[in-house]
Amino acid sequence: MAATTDVMTRVSWPELAEIVGKEHLRPATAADAIDGVAPQMVAEPGTAEDLARALRWAHSSGLKVAPRGGGTKLGWGNPPAGCDLVLSTARLNRVLEHAWADMTVIVEAGCRVADLQKTLAQHGQHLALDPLWPEQATVGGILSTNDSGTLRMRYGSLRDLIIGITVALPDGTLAKSGGKVVKNVAGYDLMKLFTGALGTLGVIVQAIFRLHPLPRESRGLSFNGTPQELNQLLLAIMASKLTCTGLQLRAATGSAQLDIRFDGTAQGIKAQVGQVQQIAGSRTASDAPAGVWTSHQGIWESAAAALVTKFSVLPAQLGAACAAVESAARTQSLSWKVVVQSVGAGYGRLEGSEQGLRTALLDMRDALAKMGGTMVALGGPAPVKRGLDVWGPPSDAQPLMVRIKQRFDPDGTLNPGRFVGGI
Amino acid sequence: MEARILNEFRAIVGAPGLITEAEELSTYECDGLTMFRVLPLAVLLPTSTEQVQAIVRVCHREKIPFVARGSGTGLSGGALPVANGIVISLARMNRILEVDLPNQRVVVEPGVMNLNVTMRVAPDGYFYAPDPSSQQVCSIGGNVAENSGGAHCLKYGFTTTHVLGLEVVLPDGSLVHLGDRTVDHPGYDLPGVFVGSEGTLGIATKAILRIVKKPEVIQVLLAAFNSTNEAGAAVSGIIAAGMLPAAIEMMDNLAIQAAEAAVQANYPDCGGLLLVELDGPAPEVETLMEEVAEVCTKCGAWEIRVAQSDAERARVWTGRKAAFAAVGRLAPAYIVQDGVIPRTALPHVMSEIVRLSAEVGLRVANVFHAGDGNLHPLVLYDDAVPGQPKAAEKLAGEILRLCIKAGGSITGEHGVGEEKKMFMAEMYAEPDLATMQLVRCAFDPENLSNPDKVFPRPRLCGEKTGVYEPHPLEIAGVAQRF
Repeated sequence: MAATTDVMTRVSWPELAEIVGKEHLRPATAADAIDGVAPQMVAEPGTAEDLARALRWAHSSGLKVAPRGGGTKLGWGNPPAGCDLVLSTARLNRVLEHAWADMTVIVEAGCRVADLQKTLAQHGQHLALDPLWPEQATVGGILSTNDSGTLRMRYGSLRDLIIGITVALPDGTLAKSGGKVVKNVAGYDLMKLFTGALGTLGVIVQAIFRLHPLPRESRGLSFNGTPQELNQLLLAIMASKLTCTGLQLRAATGSAQLDIRFDGTAQGIKAQVGQVQQIAGSRTASDAPAGVWTSHQGIWESAAAALVTKFSVLPAQLGAACAAVESAARTQSLSWKVVVQSVGAGYGRLEGSEQGLRTALLDMRDALAKMGGTMVALGGPAPVKRGLDVWGPPSDAQPLMVRIKQRFDPDGTLNPGRFVGGI
Repeated sequence: MEARILNEFRAIVGAPGLITEAEELSTYECDGLTMFRVLPLAVLLPTSTEQVQAIVRVCHREKIPFVARGSGTGLSGGALPVANGIVISLARMNRILEVDLPNQRVVVEPGVMNLNVTMRVAPDGYFYAPDPSSQQVCSIGGNVAENSGGAHCLKYGFTTTHVLGLEVVLPDGSLVHLGDRTVDHPGYDLPGVFVGSEGTLGIATKAILRIVKKPEVIQVLLAAFNSTNEAGAAVSGIIAAGMLPAAIEMMDNLAIQAAEAAVQANYPDCGGLLLVELDGPAPEVETLMEEVAEVCTKCGAWEIRVAQSDAERARVWTGRKAAFAAVGRLAPAYIVQDGVIPRTALPHVMSEIVRLSAEVGLRVANVFHAGDGNLHPLVLYDDAVPGQPKAAEKLAGEILRLCIKAGGSITGEHGVGEEKKMFMAEMYAEPDLATMQLVRCAFDPENLSNPDKVFPRPRLCGEKTGVYEPHPLEIAGVAQRF
């Protein structure tokens, strides 16, 4: 629960101002609210140590804290059970060490993804990940939300790219795990624990990533068909010896496309384009339209009120998942759109009435659960998210997850209520 | 052990599944690291998840520590028994339960041999990517515990990359499912936490694995250099050219001699040997192989061969994979280390190893996963010579310290286990270790599952973690946290 007015009156904000510098502590505005829950103050510490001190202060003052990076995905998760202070990593934005010959980078959590990529590109490298809104999103934010895009079929998701982490815990501990070598099994893998933890265990202040070379050449193709037909083509491509770096299915009312991207040498790409056309048989490819590899971002971009979900199914169920979305949408007279990667993870968008969206969400979730999949409601009107767990029904590991939360954040200081099962 | 408990165990696994005779128990007194030996009170060989659960429930009730064991090939003493506890061998749970080719998933029990997964799916053109040198005998359960790597993890990743889900018996006997067949299962990434936890968080009884399609073409280039420094420069050149080989392996002269003597891999007699494996579409591999050869020549390679046939390629790899055992031909005993360094630190660390080796008067053979900076120095000694075992252990320890100083790690794939737990306090600061212990306390508050491994000191789970205070060295600017 949010701190009571009684607690708030006893909070000594000047103490926090002393820790972070008074010019870096300001009253919150309406724009700082998370899913309608308004914090009191926003603090922007300038160092990892100051952030840890600020967090310890907030914890001992009984406040509820929401860590924030670029703020692009603040609405993900359940509405917070309380939020008094936003702890921003905006000033922790440096690339500390790009060891290009070792293909690793040490970066502060508040560094924007696009800024990081710009630095890495100077040596022909990149963090092989294409998350949402890289111009605004920060390293800490993409880690906490486990964001990914089309590159993950080849390079994996963040869990496969992060090799070291430093986190601040509510008691002020600054702890690291991993290091700056790619191969390392010393101790527990806290990188993976914190990736996708939505800031509920601690605040990520620094990360170390392994890097990949930027591709020499790149070419994309698109095929048209029904989602079911394209799912079959996708499986045939997966079962072939092609080494594509992107393979995604896009579907909406009445149309569907399969996009495939090849990166590598000119000779390699040419040979593979020939092979993929053989696999596709009579279905002819056209060059992939511009912007096709940011379609997962496009799905968010519209003024209309919409429910955006993240779903995950097995690759062979992509067509069936599209059918489930379409069926739920049709029943509720909603428009729909899906962009899903061949690994089985994708986004779906539904537009229409709030009641329709809510019913459709529950229908789609049931349908996906029957095929072993999951669906999380990420963005949507507050009434749609209210009264249900946006993450879906908890698994038998829920009690264990609760015990982990209790060990790291025993008083529920960080993002209370926002994670699975109300963690 | 009390008769009533033994009777209870016998009722769970049946008489053939319970070992209590000292002679038979001695098979289980150590793993691949034979310098540590402890006789357990009993060894149990369950055949089902239900039996594992039943055993662990008894252990939890009676506060009996347990150590899970796969094939016992681990090299860090991770499966070393505890004197007042039992060993739970998963060797009999060795079924491949499900093969789903379209979705590239295989579900296995923990006792399945690593190589058997690949053998099962190879006819359909797939393989299971993690390939530790012991892959013919090591088990998936052991791989999960250690987060095993292998030569090909440079491109394909480690065990943790390929484990999507686990069925786990927690130390209180409850059964949980971590992750799933699908990716991004909602909640904390607990398969990610469990893989590599060295048996300290519970016992995996099923694993959902990802398999990979075999590439169109695989080629191995073998290049001979006068020194490991020249070979190391070639590695940097290959990486700088923007290539990601499937594997880059390096061996020094002593390791080459050993491999030659053991399996006649037909390696050139040189100071530094590089094996570079590229895979992918044929025209791409062809182009890049030419570039690799060019880089090697520029860095001083005086002999370059490309293994053309599958048989030739297999022979090249046999030499590399046999290297550890082969070193046994050069000395009565050896210690294998598993340090990791940033690749660019290789020349410095190598010259320091040479210096230390001369100082102590013990030979060191070097085998590296050079692409990812994982060193396997083999310290050779004679255990019949008084003082040599201690000196070898000390030298191996000094090499680990070199790795830590270079910004690396004390273990890349063998695990901390019993062997390297004291080095954890050198690699990590106290708050780091205390934070890791929070995980352990959430899974195993009573410290029953493979206790006293990995961490230098056991931790009582009632303790509260301390608040971080900067180390004096940090304040002085001598050391930096990352």
